[in-house]
Amino acid sequence: MVDKYKRQYGSGLEALSYLGQNYFNVDRSLIPDFLKLLRDDEHFDYCVDITAVHYPKREKQFDVFWILYSFPRNERIRVKTQIADGKSLPSAVPIWATANWLEREVYDMFGITFDGHPDLKRILLPDGWKGFPLRKDYDILKQDQEWVQINLGIESGQ
Amino acid sequence: MNDRTDALSNLDLETPEKPYLDSNELIINMGPQHPATHGVLRVILKLDGEKVLGTECVIGYLHRGVEKIAENRTYTMFNPYVDRMDYVAAVSNGLGYCQAVEKLLNVEAPPRANYIRVILTELNRIASHQLWLGTHALDIGAMTPLFYTFRDREEILKIFEKYCGARLTTHAFRIGGCQYETYAGFEKDVKNFLAFFPPKIDEYEELLTGNRIWIERTKNVGVISAKDAIAFGVTGPVLRASGVKWDIRKAQPYANYADFDFEIPIGQNGDTYDRYIVRMIEMRQSLRIIEQAINGIPEGPIMAKVPKVIKPPVGEIYHSIEAPKGELGYFIVSDGSTQPYRVRVRPPSFVNLQALDIMVRGMLVADVVAVIGTLDIVLGEVDR
Repeated sequence: MVDKYKRQYGSGLEALSYLGQNYFNVDRSLIPDFLKLLRDDEHFDYCVDITAVHYPKREKQFDVFWILYSFPRNERIRVKTQIADGKSLPSAVPIWATANWLEREVYDMFGITFDGHPDLKRILLPDGWKGFPLRKDYDILKQDQEWVQINLGIESGQ
Repeated sequence: MNDRTDALSNLDLETPEKPYLDSNELIINMGPQHPATHGVLRVILKLDGEKVLGTECVIGYLHRGVEKIAENRTYTMFNPYVDRMDYVAAVSNGLGYCQAVEKLLNVEAPPRANYIRVILTELNRIASHQLWLGTHALDIGAMTPLFYTFRDREEILKIFEKYCGARLTTHAFRIGGCQYETYAGFEKDVKNFLAFFPPKIDEYEELLTGNRIWIERTKNVGVISAKDAIAFGVTGPVLRASGVKWDIRKAQPYANYADFDFEIPIGQNGDTYDRYIVRMIEMRQSLRIIEQAINGIPEGPIMAKVPKVIKPPVGEIYHSIEAPKGELGYFIVSDGSTQPYRVRVRPPSFVNLQALDIMVRGMLVADVVAVIGTLDIVLGEVDR
């Protein structure tokens, strides 16, 4: 499987493994085609999770992960890509319906937008909240003071 | 002529164009303060009479930023926080987290620790299913099971209390094994429970399984096909009731589940009744696992050699376990320091709740309550 995709995509794709867990490091341009291929040709029919990690010092600040599982193969795999702040990714909702809420959470926490998502809005935080809490520059004590004052009628949530 | 009649004469009293018994779409709000939403879940229902046309879940009321807290704590300090996500199955949460960090450190808990872990986690699975059964039956209108299940759940919580001092947020395990050796009489207590509990499951089943009202309220309610269940990433008993024989304890065994002999129950119709049956059988299977574990528990250390200060090498790991509600995963990124760079929790309740919409479309409002119950969500885990 790995060799086939390596031939097909060349340098845009890296197959790696850490502590027995396999993952692909792919170029942003291969998303979503590569995800679709994994589902259709390799039977990765279950999207376990979509998440991101923020590296503020890098040029491409975000790592985005798709954790996939295949029922027929009983195998897990991760797909990883890097994107810069302000750039968007194509939505995986047409591939796996479950991506809907998972992508909303990534948007809510990191501010990464997904093109073609049916209803991209905040999910855990209130709609009017400012800032994206899981970014590294968002301090743990930081909060949207204005929102707290207007909506909760208190000076500070701390 | 007084003011009232004057006002009346201004009304347009002509025959309305539409018939009186017209169907209108109605948007109503359910929750967040609603006894049947199992916490603070708000569902906006779009109705045609009593028929549900669509739903939208509004969640986040219990959001505490667990993932952000993790980045600001050491690996050890974060351990008790995970208990507060799915607070009715705290032991499972702890097991998943400890094992994920162990994987990152590349250490393995000793066999005795694994046996203790399996016993407590399976007891916790039973306790979680008991709470689900009691509240689910109560939502549908059967009050007695709630008292029965809470009465019997007490026996499990007593074992937890004797083992680690806490009943709900147990913090039972540590990274590398267990903190506490079993107490004197642990074996006897667990064996007593094994003898005590099977007749109680029969009792629950007597109340519900053949009960006509129960069957009417659950059969063909909230049906989800295997294909949809997989597309929506639904896991746990909800997936198995749709006919997919998949349980992480069997598919990718962790701890020492590979040593034990047990069955994975599956359903055929993917309705609320099948999910009920699947969970009832799961409780019996958990008893089977506990019995094998308590009889085969080896002697030896309960803690692996783990450094006092946990500093995993740079890397990332995903580890998941079969929690009572489905696949509970931890994705941990280490930057080589004492604090995790990122901890992502893949909560089963959050993902399962997403399927609520397709499960209740075309059903009645009363069925929404049944489906929320059968999904077995815990809002502490949905919102984290």
